[in-house]
Amino acid sequence: MVEKTIGKTKDDSNSLDNKLIVSLSPHIRSDESVRGIMGDVIIALIPAMIASIYYFGFNAFKLILITTISAVCAEAFIQKLFKKPIRVNDLSAVVTGILLALNLPAGAPWWMAVFGAFFGIIVIKEFFGGIGSNFMNPALGARAALVASWPSLMATYTFPDAVSSATPLQILKEGSGSLPTIQQMFIGNIGGVIGETSAALLLIGGVYLVIRKVIDWKVPTIYIGTTALMLLLLGVDNSQIIYHILGGGLMLGAIFMATDYSSSPVTSKGKIIFAIGCGLLTALFRVKGNLPEGVTYAILIMNVASPLIEKLTKPKVFGEVK
Amino acid sequence: MDLGKLTFKGGASIPEFKELTSKNPVEVLKSPKIVYIPLHQHSGSPCEPLVNVGDVVKIGQKIGSSNAFVSSSIHSSVSGVVKEISTIYTPTGIKSKCVVIENDGMDEMIESIKERSLEYYKREEIISTLKEMGIVGMGGASFPTHVKFSPPEDKKIDILIINGAECEPYITADHRLMLENTKDIVSGIKVAMKALNTEKAYIGIEDNKPDAIEAMKKELAGEKNIEVAILKTKYPQGDEKRIIDAITNRKVPLGGLPMDVGCVVSNVATIKAINDAILKGKPLYERIVTVTGSVNNPKNLLVRIGTPIEDLIEACGGFKGKPGKIIIGGPMMGIAQFDLKTPIVKGSNGVLVQALDEIKNEEVLPCIKCGKCIDVCPSRLEPLFISSYSLKDNYSKCDELNALACVECGACSYICPAKRPLAESIKIAKREITAKRKKS
Ligand code: SF4
Ligand code: SF4
Repeated sequence: MVEKTIGKTKDDSNSLDNKLIVSLSPHIRSDESVRGIMGDVIIALIPAMIASIYYFGFNAFKLILITTISAVCAEAFIQKLFKKPIRVNDLSAVVTGILLALNLPAGAPWWMAVFGAFFGIIVIKEFFGGIGSNFMNPALGARAALVASWPSLMATYTFPDAVSSATPLQILKEGSGSLPTIQQMFIGNIGGVIGETSAALLLIGGVYLVIRKVIDWKVPTIYIGTTALMLLLLGVDNSQIIYHILGGGLMLGAIFMATDYSSSPVTSKGKIIFAIGCGLLTALFRVKGNLPEGVTYAILIMNVASPLIEKLTKPKVFGEVK
Repeated sequence: MDLGKLTFKGGASIPEFKELTSKNPVEVLKSPKIVYIPLHQHSGSPCEPLVNVGDVVKIGQKIGSSNAFVSSSIHSSVSGVVKEISTIYTPTGIKSKCVVIENDGMDEMIESIKERSLEYYKREEIISTLKEMGIVGMGGASFPTHVKFSPPEDKKIDILIINGAECEPYITADHRLMLENTKDIVSGIKVAMKALNTEKAYIGIEDNKPDAIEAMKKELAGEKNIEVAILKTKYPQGDEKRIIDAITNRKVPLGGLPMDVGCVVSNVATIKAINDAILKGKPLYERIVTVTGSVNNPKNLLVRIGTPIEDLIEACGGFKGKPGKIIIGGPMMGIAQFDLKTPIVKGSNGVLVQALDEIKNEEVLPCIKCGKCIDVCPSRLEPLFISSYSLKDNYSKCDELNALACVECGACSYICPAKRPLAESIKIAKREITAKRKKS
């Protein structure tokens, strides 16, 4: 990207002291930084990472490490190749790496993790212009690619004791198997991708992000609320709704993926429409479709729609009469 | 009616640094040996000099005037001899004729300075006196007050708003004025109300100045038609359209003026100047300036118009550390100066020195689409898009996105985590758009 330098306002030919800096206002900047925001996201993900390691053991730890290192390497490599400044220290690739790991089943082989990270960073993020310009969430895009390429590997959920187990939503859908208790759903220890195991710890991260003003509380709330409402409308039984809310990666998706800046509308009205859309699609996919969890594709589809939503929700300029 | 914590949508909270000077009473700065008085200190037509080299002048003597309606007279701020009519850059970057006067140190006043009470004035007379006395907006834009006070017949002004928000960080000149000249402000408001034929006035003050709110309320006890409106401390609360919105809930239409919603907004310092001009016969030749930042003793000074900024800095104990930037105005909207000889003009409310090591030169990163710039924009624009078109020289697209509604408050650039030059590039787009409109 070409950056024009915005410099002097006056010619300083008759300057008596040309050591003074002359630039356009404002002359102060806030402490906000890209690195700071990404750092906050990483902090918010720590409880969820701890939960995944606690319940899935070394496998989870390995996956997080592999995806993160691969994502950072992929970013540095492609930026070097494209002759762009290398900006891995903005920590955005770290966020992508962690999110990708949290979206994998515990038994995913290492090469899948590496492939996913490279695919997410290179194809989904950097090919479309890098940070801020990619229209899809890189971690989710990578997950979708992995699901399409290795469907059975991506749907085998193993526990540390090597017992494979269906996810609560699979159990609900197929109507056989024993459901975990609601308490388990909330605290952790359910079948699924490693990051969705503990709704409570995901929520803690979400609250942190809201307090730090990194995300708007309305997005996850509306997303989850719409999903629940739509499920009820589609005839899902009252008693099952809680499983739908706590399971199927909804928390992870609503808090950490649907709030991704780059792939969701930048306007606040647009963000709300985006969240509603995600909720509707998630419920639809779960009930009518073949996908027990539905979150990945719901968010990805809304990612694609987001430039359009953004255009339609332009804020009304102060004093504008329409 | 209880007017508590009024505000507008958007805006940012910014560290204030007002404590550097907010407790410092205004000190009179010794008049300088030489003053440089630009003849173009206001928006509108420049003045022509009325004096020649060698003429002897007194304080308050008119030294520049213009026949154009949108202009305002210029007066001498010292007694002495005209040394030169030169050319100078004003703090706002206008190239202007400048009357250079050598001060004889006698501080002789012109004889015509006389007190006169408000009853003896007709409305029209107040308006014409304002132009004679060189009264312009002292909050920044320096728009001639008599023009602002002469709306067309069909625009009835029913609310006068006195702007005491002073939302710029660091600056405390208006704050001190409200504390130390409370009476003059109240009588000035009455003059302005008569000039505008307006029944109702509000004085808007941010809630970070509780002592000023208290003082004004006390002085206004018993006044039914003038009220204090307490505003939430948020930048840019003092912007004309935002303060109208906060106090009256009226929205100035896009591209419109405050008079389109029956309002006129005047800064407190302007009101004080109106009071002095009409009731005391004193033209505008001095003003309060906050000198702050990296100087040894930050102060509020009463300064003669035309005093070079180096005199102010010297009076504040000189630079603290190596100076990097010298700004006339505040850090958000002030203008960086390149010359220590630049004189204080009617619109200069502050001199802010930033030390070289304070100035961070942060790398500009790609926009991450966080939307923070949209959230803070008081005009509810989308700075990220306007700016990116401006950087690609696509100014007609900027125009489509209402770049002209930008009030150049700088909040977007301030907040941007990617440190993008948003306000800076939008300002450039505005200039290009206006230039193009003028041509066609
Ligand atoms: S604040 Fe900066 S990074 Fe955020 S959307 Fe605006 S321009 Fe982009
Ligand atoms: S676009 Fe203009 S009005 Fe809006 S925040 Fe930026 S500088 Fe202020």
